Amino acid sequence: MQLLLFDAFNGLIQGVFYALMALGLAQILSLNSVINMAHGGFLVIGAYIAYTLSPYLGFWGALVAAPVVAAILGLVAERVLIRPLYRRRDPLYSLLLTFGLALIVEDLTRTVWGAQGLPFEVPAGLNSPLSDAYFFITGYRVLIIAITAAVVLGLYVLLRYSLVGIRIRAGIRDLETVSALGVNIFRLRALNFGLGCFFAGLAGVLAAGVLGLTPPMGNSLIMPSFVAIIVGGVGSLPGAVLGGLLIGLAAGIVTTYYPAASEAAIYLLMLVVLVVRPRGLLGEEGLFE
Amino acid sequence: MNGSLTRRRVVKAGLALGAATVAMPPILAFGQGEKPIKIGMHDPLTGTYAAEGESEVRGAKMALAEVNAKGGMVGRKVELLVEDDNANAGLAAQKASKLIDQEGCAMLMGAVSSATALSVNQTAHNKGVVYMVTGGHTDPVTGKQCHWTTFRICTTTYMLAAGLAGTLYKKFGGKWYFITPDYAFGHTLQEAYAKILKGYGGTVLGNSLSPLGTTDFSSYLIKAEATKPDVLINLCDGQDLVNSMKQAAQFGLVKKFPIGGGLSELEVLRALPKEARTGWWTLEWWWDQPDTPGVKEFVAKYQKVYPDGSWPSARTWFGYAGVHALALGADKAKSIEPVKMAHALEGLELPPEIKLQPNKVYFRPEDHQLMSSEFPGEDLPDGVYPKLFKVADIVAGDKTALPASETGCKLDYPA
Amino acid sequence: MRRGLAVAALWVLLLALPWWLPAVGGYTTLGSKVLVYGIATMGLNLLLGFTGGLSFGQAAYFGLGAYGAGMALKYLAPSTPLAIIVGTLAGGLAATILGPLVMRRRGIYFAMITIAIGQLFYFVAVRWNNVTGGEDGLAGFTRQPLRLGALEIPLTATNFYYLVLFCFTISVAIMWTLLQSPLGHAWVGIRENRRRMEFLGIRADRYVWAAFAVAGFVTALAGSLNALLFNFTSPQDLHWILSGDFVIMIVLGGMRSFWGPLVGVVIFVVAQDYLSSVTGNWMTFIGLIFVLIVLLFPDGLLGVVSRRARAT
Repeated sequence: MQLLLFDAFNGLIQGVFYALMALGLAQILSLNSVINMAHGGFLVIGAYIAYTLSPYLGFWGALVAAPVVAAILGLVAERVLIRPLYRRRDPLYSLLLTFGLALIVEDLTRTVWGAQGLPFEVPAGLNSPLSDAYFFITGYRVLIIAITAAVVLGLYVLLRYSLVGIRIRAGIRDLETVSALGVNIFRLRALNFGLGCFFAGLAGVLAAGVLGLTPPMGNSLIMPSFVAIIVGGVGSLPGAVLGGLLIGLAAGIVTTYYPAASEAAIYLLMLVVLVVRPRGLLGEEGLFE
Repeated sequence: MNGSLTRRRVVKAGLALGAATVAMPPILAFGQGEKPIKIGMHDPLTGTYAAEGESEVRGAKMALAEVNAKGGMVGRKVELLVEDDNANAGLAAQKASKLIDQEGCAMLMGAVSSATALSVNQTAHNKGVVYMVTGGHTDPVTGKQCHWTTFRICTTTYMLAAGLAGTLYKKFGGKWYFITPDYAFGHTLQEAYAKILKGYGGTVLGNSLSPLGTTDFSSYLIKAEATKPDVLINLCDGQDLVNSMKQAAQFGLVKKFPIGGGLSELEVLRALPKEARTGWWTLEWWWDQPDTPGVKEFVAKYQKVYPDGSWPSARTWFGYAGVHALALGADKAKSIEPVKMAHALEGLELPPEIKLQPNKVYFRPEDHQLMSSEFPGEDLPDGVYPKLFKVADIVAGDKTALPASETGCKLDYPA
Repeated sequence: MRRGLAVAALWVLLLALPWWLPAVGGYTTLGSKVLVYGIATMGLNLLLGFTGGLSFGQAAYFGLGAYGAGMALKYLAPSTPLAIIVGTLAGGLAATILGPLVMRRRGIYFAMITIAIGQLFYFVAVRWNNVTGGEDGLAGFTRQPLRLGALEIPLTATNFYYLVLFCFTISVAIMWTLLQSPLGHAWVGIRENRRRMEFLGIRADRYVWAAFAVAGFVTALAGSLNALLFNFTSPQDLHWILSGDFVIMIVLGGMRSFWGPLVGVVIFVVAQDYLSSVTGNWMTFIGLIFVLIVLLFPDGLLGVVSRRARAT
């Protein structure tokens, strides 16, 4: 029983991670209507840029700077590659283009930094457990939770109260009208895409502290992020966060009884949701059909 | 940092060459004397195992230069054609076909991923071409799925376990908890360890199977800690080993009980931050062997050819020994005809400048497995690359391997 | 007329492939792989391009076909035709049974549900390693010579190519016939405007189910041939990345056209084979190809050709 609780808690911590990834992905999906298969690529960029910057800026400096770099690269990608796709109705094109982009990012990462796994040093104070009995709660994991919570809160505040946020929310509902009201939707979409990539880059820096840095490191996280969005509800940002937490929790609980099935459990959960309630937990009906 | 990756020469089309390649088996298509002998090598140069694959290719290329400097194979120049298999078994089989059918390679070598070793094993056998597996560890390659064509340099899982188990038992005690990667390599490694442990009178406290590519080992580590083992045996390899050790260190478990396990490699050690670089592992070759002749020269030569600050790893040695073994086999048989080469390789002993380790290193005739040594030892957390590991012992291969009769291998020479 | 000539030329090229392909730097196994993937993608395209079902889990049926064929050879009987039949049935029946789960969803939901199914099959292949070999893949089987009465034909690379070509011809004939039939027209109608079709009294769900099932059978046939081509299969043949590759090949060639998928397969397989031999950065080039095709030739290569043909 105690093991179940521990695993559930662990799963939640992992779920926080998925939630962060899913949030950026959902941002991009909602406003830009782009299925961003390159999201894992921006995670990798965030991780490797952090690795490169940390000797000069330290861990904390890299934590702030690397996601910004990822966001800037996201802005470039949006301008050059994604913008031509807005005219097309079928989301298949953005999916395939970003799939190609993901391949390019992985390959270029390997070319620049090498295939050899790289260690990322985390401040020693964070790198140990906070208690003896609950040794799996390390300072670093608490940091991941804290940062994700801060980011989610920040996004909420941004969307709720800032002008940009209101425009984004309005744009998600009806982009055409927002444009007709005189808002520069090109800039809005670019900003939104950059924001989503910022989250991916941030997830990458946080991941680098837990996992080793390798060029394919984004691949294992991209699919669960999509699952999180589906489970939580396509088109809903709180849904993405909730979905991430839920699938982390599900995977954690399954690990207690049948560890080999923990990843399959995520897909099974998604299958059940799609059959029974396709709009997900917090999603709206009729989106993306 | 990333050295130039291999380039293959592009085959220029020619109707005669094309027709000849299709109509005649590869060996006859060369004619005698002037045409070079081609060795086809497949390894992952992209994807998860790219670092290991690159090391193997580097070693192979070093050996190629040496073989050609001494006059080549049976008096003919040797070429090495390298194909990326991306650790994908289907792609590996496809490239193997390409190397044999289109490029006219007379023999094959390579593999990091076990699945690619098995799929190319099939292809090589179907086409009757000698295949030197460099780094694919799964036991069936020289066990239940062995073929007369196939030889292997790297050690089997039984050999890995046998090299270290005794040391761990004597140093720390007999209550062990296992974290095992959930695929054939992990399963057979764990079974080997369990068998040896029981032979000593120890107990298996538990065994957690972690899927390949797991990123979060918390659950398994929690379970392990709860049993209060004498040793935590971590059988993961590659990136899984890096992630699990990082987490074990972060949870403070490395201070609570010793961690030991299966295969480690220089590429893994290099990827670990220092607090995670701890424990007892088995390497299959190590650059720092002060008492072994030839090793210093080998390292110096490597650094001359690859001046990027890196040091040769076991994978480098696999590639190096692989090419040399093929050359020695051809020279002993005085031919590159596959059956003759295969017979010549059986029992072939590697000379000191190639085996680069003490002990007798030879291909066991019954299963074509190279009896190379295991290097069990301890990680050095405060070490600076490349001094990341301290070898405790160099255990001879024929002392660690399963008797040939127990491997399940029955060689199937053509009638 | 021009189209008929092009198709005729295609068949001539395919029949003569073992002669001309090695001369231009190819090898017969590559030709077989192109045809095998061609069968798989043309089957998928019945669903993707003609019915509008964004399936991203088609590799599941490909893999089922591969494992079915392999296991038939390994555990049932040393017969190649039996292996092909078992594999095709395994994938096809799975698709037929799972169809009802899938048929009601559309867009991204359809895609994700197919992915979920695919990954669950992947999990079974990896876990059930006593039977399937797990991550190491399924080995220990070899394609057996064809026995027709007293005649025994060994399946060398060239002979096997002709067997694949035979299966390709049969599948193409079946698919072409289906597409010309009322069923095929209904599929296109559903793609264009599902709601209108339903108003016309067509039960769109059932038609999507049919498309899903047929695509499953065809892709499974391809999978069984693939297992026989390499005498090997592994869980990677079930993974969503392979499914994604199939979709990309279809878009490369043109998903609105019957032959589009084959064109896309040729481009993808040949590019991958050639590029990965000459450069370590082949993934970048393949990624660039995807990006450029999506940006510049969204209708695929055949889309460009047909647009030009219509313009003249």
